[in-house]
Amino acid sequence: MSDITLTIDGQEVSVPKGTTLLRAAEQIGKDVPHYCYHDGLSSPAMCRLCLVEVQGAPKPMPACVTQAMDGQVVETESPLALDMRRGVLEFYLVNHPLDCPICDMSGECNLQDYVHAEGRDHGRSREPKRVFGRDDFGADVLFYGDRCVMCTRCVRFMSEVERDQRLTVVERGNRSVIDTFFDRGLEGTHFSGNIVDLCPVGALVSKDFLYKARAWDLDHTHSICPSCSQGCNIDLHTRDNLVQRLKPRENLEVNAFWMCDYGRLNYEWINHGDRLEAPLVRHGDAVKAMGWKDALSSLVARLGGVEGGVRAVASPLACNEDLAALKALVENLGGGDIVYRMPRAEDEIVLKGFPTMARRRDLAPNGRGADLLGMKRVGGDDGSGGLEDVSDHRGVVVVLGDALADQDADFASGAAVRVYLGTHSGPAAAAADFVLPVTTFAEQEGTFTNHEGRVQRFWPALAAPGMARPAWLVLGALVAEGTGGETPRRADEAFERLVATNGAFAGLTYDDIGTRGALVNDTVPLSGD
Amino acid sequence: MAYPYVSDREVRVLSKYFGDPTHRRVGTYVERGGYQALKKAFEMGQDAVIDEVKTSGLRGRGGAGFPAGVKWSFMPKQPTKPHYLLCNADESEPGTFKDRELMRWDPHQLIEGVLIAAYAIRAKHAYIYCRGEFFETTQILAKALEDAYEKGYVGKDIMGSGNDIDITVHVGAGAYICGEETGLMNSLEGRRGQPRVKPPFPAAVGAFGMPSTVNNVETLSAVPHIVTHGGQWYRQWGTEKSPGTKLFCVSGHVNKPGNYELPLGFPLMELINDVCGGMKDGKALKAVIPGGSSVPILNAEECQNCDMDYEGVQAAGSMLGCASVIVMDEDTDIVKQVRRMVQFYAHESCGQCTPCREGTGWMTKVLRRIEEGRGTEEDLDTLLEMSRQMTGTTICVLSDSAAAPVVSSIQKFKDEYLALIRRGERVGVA
Repeated sequence: MSDITLTIDGQEVSVPKGTTLLRAAEQIGKDVPHYCYHDGLSSPAMCRLCLVEVQGAPKPMPACVTQAMDGQVVETESPLALDMRRGVLEFYLVNHPLDCPICDMSGECNLQDYVHAEGRDHGRSREPKRVFGRDDFGADVLFYGDRCVMCTRCVRFMSEVERDQRLTVVERGNRSVIDTFFDRGLEGTHFSGNIVDLCPVGALVSKDFLYKARAWDLDHTHSICPSCSQGCNIDLHTRDNLVQRLKPRENLEVNAFWMCDYGRLNYEWINHGDRLEAPLVRHGDAVKAMGWKDALSSLVARLGGVEGGVRAVASPLACNEDLAALKALVENLGGGDIVYRMPRAEDEIVLKGFPTMARRRDLAPNGRGADLLGMKRVGGDDGSGGLEDVSDHRGVVVVLGDALADQDADFASGAAVRVYLGTHSGPAAAAADFVLPVTTFAEQEGTFTNHEGRVQRFWPALAAPGMARPAWLVLGALVAEGTGGETPRRADEAFERLVATNGAFAGLTYDDIGTRGALVNDTVPLSGD
Repeated sequence: MAYPYVSDREVRVLSKYFGDPTHRRVGTYVERGGYQALKKAFEMGQDAVIDEVKTSGLRGRGGAGFPAGVKWSFMPKQPTKPHYLLCNADESEPGTFKDRELMRWDPHQLIEGVLIAAYAIRAKHAYIYCRGEFFETTQILAKALEDAYEKGYVGKDIMGSGNDIDITVHVGAGAYICGEETGLMNSLEGRRGQPRVKPPFPAAVGAFGMPSTVNNVETLSAVPHIVTHGGQWYRQWGTEKSPGTKLFCVSGHVNKPGNYELPLGFPLMELINDVCGGMKDGKALKAVIPGGSSVPILNAEECQNCDMDYEGVQAAGSMLGCASVIVMDEDTDIVKQVRRMVQFYAHESCGQCTPCREGTGWMTKVLRRIEEGRGTEEDLDTLLEMSRQMTGTTICVLSDSAAAPVVSSIQKFKDEYLALIRRGERVGVA
């Protein structure tokens, strides 16, 4: 595509032919206000907020659909453009309830931002407003009709992206309102949570998040959705050291702008309180909590001279760094099988308008990483069973992350040493000689490898409870004790070690992976496929 | 049944058989020379038909006044996709009632015009999109179409010429905005009747995504006459830039309201005083809306030397539109009239574009408040600013249409607004 050059607000900019004025303006850092336009949807050009002045055009043009032309002179902040925008913004407020103090969107609302930046300082409308009230749309979505700006992003998402037309505009003029078809609502849809993200104002809000937190009190941390092997890029929104909600983060290679409702609402487990906070060491029937130094030296002493080799159980919820550290420990102790278990859903739920994205069958983020590190998948589709060999083992048994919810109290009762690295108390902790508290993915830095072999980074959003530490640090310290080497100090060092010893990851660095992810070289099939 | 009022000043070309129900029969129509223009068109060939219509200078009668022949020539000459002709019979502009009469009294004239136009733009299928409320009209048109099919004037191999053209009568659900050409297409396709963003223009991407031309009923009804008699013949009436005859729908405070077919350029005052029998009850003229509710209002002074053609009305400060002349006498409450019109637009706004959706509703409320004596002078400034921000900022021109009477009435009849405001102030309402 040939480049064309145009002038926007006095600055020259070159863009490929077919670029819209809105995109061209973005290139020089001008954010032309817009509502109905969204990168992931069609452009109906109906909010009329992105009107800009184009020299020679008889009237202001919508920047979202007007294609840039060579030699064009465009003004996004001329008196005419500002006047039109001020007008449109005032029109929006004629019927908007201005209930910001009780609106969930307040603080991250485009209407607030735009009016604050360019609107009139007070509205002139003295007329009664029209009232629609509130409607339950089903699924996780609540609709406040009075706040709606009729951008129809939600309607277009359901018809163009989820391809399940559940919403429509009924009536016309300023009686227009978004509505569902009869009582069917959004029940049974799998991606409708995205319309809450798409809504530029507080018309569509999440029932789950309703009145939970103000937008300005939330911290946002880049992360990866841990609910399936798709690896959707997300942000964890946290407050008071608790995850308050998950929001998708744009990555056109993985999830575009979207995430599924299953992933979006599956976060409460991160906030569960019954955490392991200190290393526990069992002496006969007594369990003693102690500091890391004592616990680890005690464990190293027990591991020395144990006969019979190692069996380990890993978890596909653990990051690549943790899994690689476990692998290094097992090799250091003489080698042995590492197995993992992963629940598997009956069907994939494909997002029809962006079919490379789906709620995958594998309901954990890092099964692929475990496979690439040579671990074997065992057990059934419900994520249970398959641990007979481990349970009967007589040597060292190490369990990382798997809570062993399906196992009896006498799991691996014949083993010489049983080590559990986990986050929560439960059967695995009860059956271990050494319980080592580790962090969840939300409390540490690391990487997951998604179903297609894309290694993606996540960052710590929460403070770890008590003495819990990332598993790669704990396992790295144990390896260092055994080999006399150095303990990795940071996640990127742990990742470097992983890369150095595992060919599938060769050549990757944290810098390369960045916020977008990078593909591994090796593409071994997922176990079970 | 005779047609309500006629005038000897009229030049009845299109409306010749108004009032004669026998003319609806295909037999009568053919006896009187019907469907000969179609035969002639087939003999002339597409390009010659387009040239003849261009020569005639026939301008779109739906309101915009775009030359019909030029519009047809935008259609691809070598069709790679199906073409469609859409006849806009969604006549909904307040004050307009000419298309309904053309279809009621002379349905075959329209069908013949549709066939010729479809042939000229190389369309094999034409749609007549009828306004939802036109129940009787649609019945008459459908019957006429059925007869024409039976006689072989529509359908496969028309009159043995080898040309196939089908016509479908499609009835809308009654929405003003479906008379906007792209809104009409959406409605025809079964979508919400909302105008589309242009470009792409209908000649490139129209109904069902195919090249399409939209013409008004009156435009198409004139086509058979032009083909029969030639473009020059049509130019014997009207002005150089606005040739031909036009149906004027006169309503309001005149003695004989109705449809009058007159040459374009006919003086407005003669239309009122002569053709329509003068003002009702001998009252004085206050204002005229010369082209349907969406054009600016003319005050009595501006009406004096206004000639009713596209250029003449523009010179007087308004637009000819579809020549729907609404006459108001001295007792008319202009503010109420304007409020009623804006209320119509608020009701009919499709609701896509913000300035129109919110602006029309807000204007109605402000005007209503002024009317009730609770307005302020600042309200007039607000109305004018609103009008400016509603003009040229939306996908279609419905919002411009709502703003036009507000602006023109505040300019020309500000005293009436102020009187209402002051009266309110006097009695302490505001």
